[in-house]
Amino acid sequence: MLQVKAKIILNKKLKGDYRHCIVDAPSLARRSRPGQFLNIKISGGLKPFLRRPFSIHNICDSKLEILYEVVGEGTELFSNKESGEYLDIIGPLGNGFDYKQVGKQAGRQAILVAGGIGIAPLLFLAREIKVRNKLVLIGARTRTQVLCEKEFKNSGCDVKIATDNGSYGLKGRVTDLLKKVLCDRRYAIGDMRIYACGPSPMLKTVCNIARQNNIPAQVSLEEHMGCGIGACLGCVVRTKKGLERVCKEGPVFKAKELIW
Amino acid sequence: MRVDLSVQIGKLKLKNPVMVASGTFGYAEEFKDFINLKKLGAMVTKTVTLKPRRGNLPPRTCETPSGMLNSIGLENPGLEVFLKDKLPFLKKLGVPIIMSIASEDDPKEFIELAKRLNSISTVAALELNISCPNVIGQRFLISQDYEATYRAVSSVRKVTSKTLITKLSPNVTCISELARAAQSAGSDAVALVNTLSGMSINIENKRPKLAAVIGGLSGPAIRPVALKMVWEAYNKIKIPIIGMGGIIDTLSALEFFIAGASAISIGTANFINPRVSIEVIAGLSEYLKRKKMKKINDLTGSLIDES
Repeated sequence: MLQVKAKIILNKKLKGDYRHCIVDAPSLARRSRPGQFLNIKISGGLKPFLRRPFSIHNICDSKLEILYEVVGEGTELFSNKESGEYLDIIGPLGNGFDYKQVGKQAGRQAILVAGGIGIAPLLFLAREIKVRNKLVLIGARTRTQVLCEKEFKNSGCDVKIATDNGSYGLKGRVTDLLKKVLCDRRYAIGDMRIYACGPSPMLKTVCNIARQNNIPAQVSLEEHMGCGIGACLGCVVRTKKGLERVCKEGPVFKAKELIW
Repeated sequence: MRVDLSVQIGKLKLKNPVMVASGTFGYAEEFKDFINLKKLGAMVTKTVTLKPRRGNLPPRTCETPSGMLNSIGLENPGLEVFLKDKLPFLKKLGVPIIMSIASEDDPKEFIELAKRLNSISTVAALELNISCPNVIGQRFLISQDYEATYRAVSSVRKVTSKTLITKLSPNVTCISELARAAQSAGSDAVALVNTLSGMSINIENKRPKLAAVIGGLSGPAIRPVALKMVWEAYNKIKIPIIGMGGIIDTLSALEFFIAGASAISIGTANFINPRVSIEVIAGLSEYLKRKKMKKINDLTGSLIDES
């Protein structure tokens, strides 16, 4: 874990409320693994008071990318930051995805399931997973909110989309898409792993689908955090091993261990 | 010019008066990547109880204006696991360890904890947490009642010769009365203050933001309240006060010394800036030099009150 002042290289608007930030932080970039997160002090003052956790979207040499959605006062202030300004960042935090196993045996299939801004940590994962078949399912409200389609394709992934209003891809939830894919012989090739990030209800459904189909799944959770480094015990979730900290034992949990 | 930051709390001689508050610093290991822990005046552990406690269900925290609410509910691994898994790291620190303890069966559990800890030399002092607002089902805090406070402190005093610190709640009518209860029962110092009871509501779903509904408020939001309580107690008791409540920098730490604190504890600010305690130690030195003062002790209670 490090605390660094990182220079903002870019902080630009993507579609709608989505933003893309790139910071220069060589020491963080070297240490980060897919699924880990950063805890960022957005303002020098008291508003917002606590740091805000953001997953690591991608690493490119010494640079770290953050993909975020403006949802409240913290992210609003973040979006006003300009290149050349500095961010006080603590990271990399949390366990990250356990994806090494997938690579060992060729022929395994990784299915990455993203709901909304939950797509953020999955690009880094997609780029690091060494497996022949990578399928990414992206869920968004409308066509204009579909993120990273090109980036995933460039990383050698098959991409399928679901939108709530049907403006692009399947009309419905990304979990409907997941169910469909698992019934499709072209994709359901046995020995699969699911990795998911998104809103809580979506992840709960992903866990249920994974259990019904007997597929190992890992989901990345989000919780309000006090410290982000395991000290305050504020961000716990219910698991079969008892209450566990999202910031330390997580944010990635095995689907079979979570109690919803 | 060298300045003397050392302070005496009971039998404890601290090289500087900056501690980290219980519950905000885990068992110190969580912060080892960020600061040189050896520089701390003292480290106060997360509260330990005799048996493990699971704590409250989530959500347990939420941000509020200039502060945060928590309802952790004294989650801790219990004494045995603490001694086995957490103490070895603390042993190597070379910093006085103040162990925060709480009781589910007052005063029996306090007595047993204190007795068990007598032989543990790494534990330099005990802090009696009789003021946690987050134990569900508990209608009153020990530290909200003069007699109960006196009974808890005196029963521990009888079984330990370690330095004894009593941590008090700000959720009371007259803090100096409770501080006096701790003093007359033999406490070596009082820690002022624990969190202020509070709540926050999500207006969209009309639910409390904390699963336990109420929680403890900390951060700069409570600083004026905490400061006033330190000042009030200082005017009524002789034992040292460890001041805390919303200290986030040197400036806010200094206020507490001037109001009457002999030492201070940094709590929630550790979450935002893990280095804050070290920065405050340096800041206190600079202030004393600027004011041409030799000792931090001379600052304690130096408020000029012309009212």
